[in-house]
Amino acid sequence: MATPGSIAAGAPVALAAPALALDRITCTFAARAVAKGDEAGRYTAVRDATLVVAPGEFVSVVGPTGCGKSTLLNVAAGLLAPSAGRVAVFGAPLDGLNRSAGYMFQTDALMPWRSALATVTAGLPFRGTAPDIAEAQARDWLARVGLAGFEHRYPHQLSGGMKKRVALAQMLILDPQILLMDEPFSALDVQTRQLMENELLDLWSANRKSVLFITHDLEEAISLSDRVIVLSAGPGTRPIGEFTIDLPRPRDVAEIRMTPRFVELHGSIWQTMKAEVLKGYAQSRQA
Amino acid sequence: MRKAGKPESGRLALYHALLLGALFAVWYFLTAPGLVSEDFAKNTAFFFGRPVQVLKVTWEWFASGKIYPHLGITLVETLLAFAVGSVLGLGVGLWLALSPMASALADPYIKAMNAMPRVILAPIFAVWFGLGITSKVALGVTLVFFIVFFNVYQGVKEVSPTVLANARMLGASRHQLLRHIYLPSATSWVFSSLHTSVGMAFVGAVVGEYLGSAKGVGYLILQAEGVFDINTVFAGILVLTACALVLDVIVTRIEARLLVWRPKTAETEAL
Repeated sequence: MATPGSIAAGAPVALAAPALALDRITCTFAARAVAKGDEAGRYTAVRDATLVVAPGEFVSVVGPTGCGKSTLLNVAAGLLAPSAGRVAVFGAPLDGLNRSAGYMFQTDALMPWRSALATVTAGLPFRGTAPDIAEAQARDWLARVGLAGFEHRYPHQLSGGMKKRVALAQMLILDPQILLMDEPFSALDVQTRQLMENELLDLWSANRKSVLFITHDLEEAISLSDRVIVLSAGPGTRPIGEFTIDLPRPRDVAEIRMTPRFVELHGSIWQTMKAEVLKGYAQSRQA
Repeated sequence: MRKAGKPESGRLALYHALLLGALFAVWYFLTAPGLVSEDFAKNTAFFFGRPVQVLKVTWEWFASGKIYPHLGITLVETLLAFAVGSVLGLGVGLWLALSPMASALADPYIKAMNAMPRVILAPIFAVWFGLGITSKVALGVTLVFFIVFFNVYQGVKEVSPTVLANARMLGASRHQLLRHIYLPSATSWVFSSLHTSVGMAFVGAVVGEYLGSAKGVGYLILQAEGVFDINTVFAGILVLTACALVLDVIVTRIEARLLVWRPKTAETEAL
């Protein structure tokens, strides 16, 4: 049940087309005043990055800080057009925003003037759902993320973990086929973080979507994913290693960290990652 | 938590009243013969009026009902100037903030018009619109417009890019972004400037009346000043101040209701 292939059994077409395919993506930015790029006046954040997420697969991308992980995710979301390369969603080339994807941001993305209920509801009317149906669904989703009774709270009245739950419900209510998550839990304390990770896994296993999960935390990546991709240090980030995580599901993110297989996987991925982290660290000290 | 040195609200109100009483007492004793010489009292009364006289004029205004049409006109001018100025400021602010081309084109003119002492436009408005309500509203609008405009402009520019990207990912069209992101963000800035803009609308109305009119509290003050009736001038000022305070209280109420989502510094309540 851990293999992604079994999910696609009912939909043979999906086997051929990956949910998300980034093909030789390069992102070059015009550098600001501080020129730290390789070519004069340019900064290449991502170079020739190729990455594939199968339907129903949970893929994590880890890499040193500032290596361009978020850039890659923004390309997948269609928020950022790559300088070169191709993005395909279920086989179709991506033009504009990725309508099959939900995006969970690293920083707070809630509208401060909307209550929790209105926040979760937000996306439905944008897509033409009637208000009363949308509201009923939003109540249901708030309950599912454990926030029943908090419908009328505003973001400033919610804790960090609650805000993340609201953001999660806001994304999942639209039933996106692809979930893009940009270090969504990095601002939370360790305990809340593990709770949220377990909740995410529960929700995900009930209705398996393709997930592209960005993190700098290797333990988080291993405990959640089917596959972990390691990125090189920037500039010119690209995947340099790929590891299949064959840990059994369902998992408990806190307990699985104690298992010998986890430690083994962690060791081998860290071997690959270590050099890049040190490189990234050296660069950030120079800058 | 109660800060040391700050009295509780009931006692504070008493102190406020005492301070006001003390001010009136000082005013009274400096303008009435008794504590000061008769000559001195005459002089000060000429410049500052006599408090008893001022209160009497005020009382007579309200008792006879003579003040109501004037006060009504001034308030109508204030509200119209506020409403028109806010709507224009909101519209133009949204437009310029969302259209870089228009904004770049208008920028020097906006700056110039804002830097100009706009009260000086009053005579021009009087020529254009006559001595009725319209010229006062026009003056008030020029004052209110820029406050609202700059706040809206700022509000739109400061919409968090993450909130915007999130709404786009949720499927919001350009029109929906305007309605659900830019407009709420901009209006919150407008509300935070409500006190200033209502005050400015009031200033526009009164100054407009003072510079040429046939009705309004500013007109009453102008008339009284013409015959050196300083008591009536002070009575007018008293009425205007009271009005401004009432408007401010109303604005505070509206603000509290509309901005419930705003974080406050202290959220705890005593049980």
